[in-house]
Amino acid sequence: MNINLTLIGQSIAFAIFVWFCLKFVWPPIIKALEDRKTRIAEGLAAADEGLRAKDKAEEEVEERLKEAREQAKDIIANAKKQGEGVVEEARNEARSESERILKSARAEIDQQIHQAREELRKEVVKIALDGAEQVLMREVDSKAHSDTLEKLASGL
Amino acid sequence: MAAEGTLTSTGYIKHHLQNLTFGMHPENGLSFAHTAEEAKEMGFWAIHVDTMFWSVFLGALFLWLFRKVAKSATSEVPAGFQNFVEVVIEFIDNNCRDTFSAKNNLVAPIALTLFVWVLLMNTMDLVPVDWIPMVASLLGIEYMKVVPTTDPNATFGLSLSVFALMIYYSIKVKGAGGFFGELAFQPFPKWMFPINLFLEGVSLLSKPVSLSLRLFGNLYAGEMIFILIALMYSGGVVLAVGGGILQWAWAVFHLLIVLLQAFIFMILTIVYLDMAHQHH
Repeated sequence: MNINLTLIGQSIAFAIFVWFCLKFVWPPIIKALEDRKTRIAEGLAAADEGLRAKDKAEEEVEERLKEAREQAKDIIANAKKQGEGVVEEARNEARSESERILKSARAEIDQQIHQAREELRKEVVKIALDGAEQVLMREVDSKAHSDTLEKLASGL
Repeated sequence: MAAEGTLTSTGYIKHHLQNLTFGMHPENGLSFAHTAEEAKEMGFWAIHVDTMFWSVFLGALFLWLFRKVAKSATSEVPAGFQNFVEVVIEFIDNNCRDTFSAKNNLVAPIALTLFVWVLLMNTMDLVPVDWIPMVASLLGIEYMKVVPTTDPNATFGLSLSVFALMIYYSIKVKGAGGFFGELAFQPFPKWMFPINLFLEGVSLLSKPVSLSLRLFGNLYAGEMIFILIALMYSGGVVLAVGGGILQWAWAVFHLLIVLLQAFIFMILTIVYLDMAHQHH
């Protein structure tokens, strides 16, 4: 149990070991630990950020849905209004069309009446002429009496 | 095993407590000491080859293992041995952060080296006391003391290195005057400086002495008890069985001492270096 050179040998060995540890062992390991710590912290922060983004997105979705619902309501109301307008218009058109048809029919009827009367007049003139011929037993100069006849016919 | 050939209890114990000493003997010249007396006659200029070998071997083992992890250390998920090394590093790092208040990048590596190295050297105490010396004697090596921390040279080597660092940082941080003032001008008023100097001087010098003697004493006593238990193996079947049980029990208890002393050595080193950095 003598104190001797071993003391100095141990001190030298200790110094070399500490130097080696300081240079090659401690820094890389502690750096890896620190890096991992940062990475974990970053990961947690990213997760928080993601959650917040999700909440925001959900809110936006809700808002959009509300907007869309309102728009749909508007569109439906407009369509209803427009539909009613179309029906009204169609009704008006139909009414005017029917009036037009009625009017034209009436005009045709009038025309036909007029035509029939004309024909009847001609017929009557002819009958009257025939009758007068037979009565006079001679030919009536239709030209000479046309004025009279005309007057007569228009009296019908 | 003893040089005389007859195996007595005293001889056995003495043999186990003798380091393998190499040095300049006044009569035999440069040689290994064959007896304790020869080792003593070599004086200061001799070296304990077994202490040096085992401590350097264990220190290299520690650095090799940790260097292997350091080279492949990533911030990915750690696996296997890297986990263990990281636990040790974080343990040391936390202790340094808690105990050491100044900023010094050297303290943590010192603490790590001291803790793991001393722990490994202490752990050699758990190897049954006769195994390695027996193998060594078959190889022709007379003495083999395998626990470096039971050699005061080793523990003083460490504590005096720490002491040198304490002095260095005290002067570096506080200046030579500040350091002297700390020793001379407290705890009593300035005019009582001789008393102050004496008190502070003793307390300063007792730090490395207590640091090394604590470690040495604990391990030496533990080793001694292992040797005494080992003596029982030559005392018949009953004593041998009893010795086996006792050795196991003491080894379990000694595990605690092995770890605790390594921890105390480390933490006190940090504390002393912290004190060296602090202004009073």
